[in-house]
Amino acid sequence: MNLRRDVFQAIADPTRRSILLLVAAQSMTAGAIASNFNTARPTVSKHLQILTECELLEQEQIGREMYYHINPEKMKEVSDFIEPFRKMWDDRFNKLEAVMKNYESKNKS
Amino acid sequence: MNQKIKAEMEKKTKITAEEGKQELTITREFELPVDLLFKAYSESELVEQWMGTKVLKLESWNHGSYQFETSYNGSVVFKANGTIHTFLANQKIVRTFEIENMPIGVQLEFLEFEKLSDQTSKLTTQIIYKSEKHRAEQLKLPFANGLNMAHDRLQEIFNNQK
Repeated sequence: MNLRRDVFQAIADPTRRSILLLVAAQSMTAGAIASNFNTARPTVSKHLQILTECELLEQEQIGREMYYHINPEKMKEVSDFIEPFRKMWDDRFNKLEAVMKNYESKNKS
Repeated sequence: MNQKIKAEMEKKTKITAEEGKQELTITREFELPVDLLFKAYSESELVEQWMGTKVLKLESWNHGSYQFETSYNGSVVFKANGTIHTFLANQKIVRTFEIENMPIGVQLEFLEFEKLSDQTSKLTTQIIYKSEKHRAEQLKLPFANGLNMAHDRLQEIFNNQK
């Protein structure tokens, strides 16, 4: 259960989602992935580490290079899970609360 | 703000979706009197504001119907409609809901509005789908949108580099 929650922390970050999309198209080295972003290389490495730790990405040694590729099983598990749906409603309800508080104060004055 | 309090506040909305069932329940407590919470669901201008969609029609009474539509850059990206079976002020709405052109199908919704104190209230929404598969399609939707949005942004970056 804990691991699953981590997966969602992993994909909550837009850079990490972008990395997943890049790697989904083809296996890539850390350097090739980093060259697609304006962020510092160590930042990208940290993102790759998080994605690997929650098993969304897998590492494979090919020759002298380490390649990253998508773990489709884990990606499938994520897509079934409920957190984005909950988050969508949470955002929506927060908005509702703000709209109605505003409405309440307007109608008082 | 205290980190723990913040984390709890972020988890205000709870979803229960038991495995093997074709329903789910969404619960949320609001810092709003129950009549204001109910109003947010029954008046077009207010629904438009918090749902972020245009309300073409909202007949808030028994056997009324409603239609939502959202446009982006001039084209319609979201259309939904439904009928209201029961409309009991500050207590209950029973209605159907359907997003057009989506594999989710029609869903039956029971919305229960509860007064907790003069300034707080609770909403419990029970949603019943045609099958477990239809429920799975619904749960997948925000995830797919998240990925699509990330993909669009990525595409923009590539386009700007050219």
